[in-house]
Amino acid sequence: MTGVVCHGVTARYNGTTVLGGVDLVVEPGEWVVVVGPNGAGKTTLLRALAGVIPAGGEIALGDRELADLRRREVAARVAVVPQTPVVPEGVAVFDYVMLGRTPYIPYWGMEGPVDRLRVNEVLERLDLASFAARPVSALSGGERQRAVLARALAQDASILLLDEPTTALDLGHQQQVLELVDGLRRESQLVVISTLHDLTFAAQFGDRVILLADGVVAAEGPPEMVLQADVVSRYFGATVEVVAGPDGPLIVPVRSSRSSP
Amino acid sequence: MSTVALTSARTGPRPGPIVISVGVLLLAAVGSLVLGPAGVSPWGAILETLDHIPFVAVDSGLSTQEAAIVWQIRVPRMVLAGLVGATLAGSGAAYQGVFRNPLADPYLLGVAAGAGLGATIAIVSGLPSSTIAPLAFTGAVIAVVAAYGLASLGGSRRSGATLILAGVAVAAFFTALQTYLQQQHADTIRQVFSWILGRLSTTGWGDVRTLLPYAIVSWLVLFAYRRHLDVMAVGEEEASTLGIHPARVRLVVVAGATLGAAAAVAVSGLIAFVGIIVPHIARLVTGPSHRVLLPVSLTGGAAFLMVADLVARTVQSGGEVPIGVITAFVGAPFFAFILATRREVAT
Repeated sequence: MTGVVCHGVTARYNGTTVLGGVDLVVEPGEWVVVVGPNGAGKTTLLRALAGVIPAGGEIALGDRELADLRRREVAARVAVVPQTPVVPEGVAVFDYVMLGRTPYIPYWGMEGPVDRLRVNEVLERLDLASFAARPVSALSGGERQRAVLARALAQDASILLLDEPTTALDLGHQQQVLELVDGLRRESQLVVISTLHDLTFAAQFGDRVILLADGVVAAEGPPEMVLQADVVSRYFGATVEVVAGPDGPLIVPVRSSRSSP
Repeated sequence: MSTVALTSARTGPRPGPIVISVGVLLLAAVGSLVLGPAGVSPWGAILETLDHIPFVAVDSGLSTQEAAIVWQIRVPRMVLAGLVGATLAGSGAAYQGVFRNPLADPYLLGVAAGAGLGATIAIVSGLPSSTIAPLAFTGAVIAVVAAYGLASLGGSRRSGATLILAGVAVAAFFTALQTYLQQQHADTIRQVFSWILGRLSTTGWGDVRTLLPYAIVSWLVLFAYRRHLDVMAVGEEEASTLGIHPARVRLVVVAGATLGAAAAVAVSGLIAFVGIIVPHIARLVTGPSHRVLLPVSLTGGAAFLMVADLVARTVQSGGEVPIGVITAFVGAPFFAFILATRREVAT
């Protein structure tokens, strides 16, 4: 099973080019973090990979072309954790996670014992078993993000796309969610492609970092190569210092007025 | 172990609300069977009805005339009220689910305006009254097709919101035409108005026979899509990443709901409020899953309209109150009461 191979991916929105030809190869078990300023096309890239927007170029998911796959087949290969998931009112965690089994449930049918077993396994794995009967809308931010992740895992997809998975979480929960994803991709050799605003997290968790700017790849490589102070300054318009840390570079924002003594 | 017990309780069939709503439906059915101005003995009315069930033979002890009142007036009227109520409520639940909009009802995409225009054309043109239902049905279907066509002008990836707005535009246009026709033919205004307020036929099984096939097809389509409607609850893009085609599900569900609603409206006129409040009350009892919500909406809608019809024909001696007036008059306060008490429980 190969991972994701894309070549020359393009996307347009209302006549404007949002992705101008992106090449990307991600191997199973690898975590690639897509960074870039607002409007660089990060979310659009993930949506193109998930096949929910029309995109040009070639996208292969495992051994098949995205364009040749039916919707259900895509969903069995790619699971998406959106940036701001829609949380339906009153739906219990168990039923919410069961939505992830949709690609395996017969079109006219209902879920079976295998699906229930799988959902229970995922709930156990993400420490959500005791929340199974609670409405998702009643969970705290961190629990809710785990529920969304659980739904994605229940899809049994080999490719996991995460769009800013730490949005709206406090620092501790951000770390918990990222560690969880890291553990899962090692256990199951998942392809993980995520966007992240926090460049330090990007450096700590990404095997590789891809810097998108204006819809094209501006830099790509190991975190310490891509995330250098001058690169961050040029593409983000941010003033930072990059400090060597135990798990990769720490990207520390500094006040520009004080940066030159 | 506790996890398994807990989760199987979540996912196994939760028959409670369905059983309760079937019980309520039976009560409503018996009520509309035994109550009426003709003074037929209640027990006789029940026995007479049972006698018509295949392989059941009982002697009701009613005279031929009383038996005719039961079997040709009360029973068909009760069945018609049930079919119309069930179909409108089921369509409303489906519309609310597929558009994720609590204000959606079966008339959202122009069914009411189209049916109103069709019926008005039939009435003002002096066509035989047997043409009112087919023209109303045709108008309703044309309105929804027009709304879909209008929405798709903006591109094939139309969203639910675009479709709702297109429905509003089509409804306004059809209503304008209908009002104009109505004003130009003031002599028939009373007849048009009486149709719009909604009424159930007074004798015979004709309307039941007309509506039944459409109602059954509509229910089957909606029931077949009950799990898809649950997936749609997370929005179109997420539903798409979970492996369904939101636009396709919406098209099929709208088609199924429209077929039922248009047929119901064609035989009964524009009975308001059933399609919006019954699914809401049902949802408060059942929770959001359409597997339970749809059946409870169907049975609840049937029971609600049977009771409303019972009130409509008994509350005022010597005449009927239009059933649409009753559904709103009884339904609105009841709905408000449910909402108010429910909020207390929730908080």
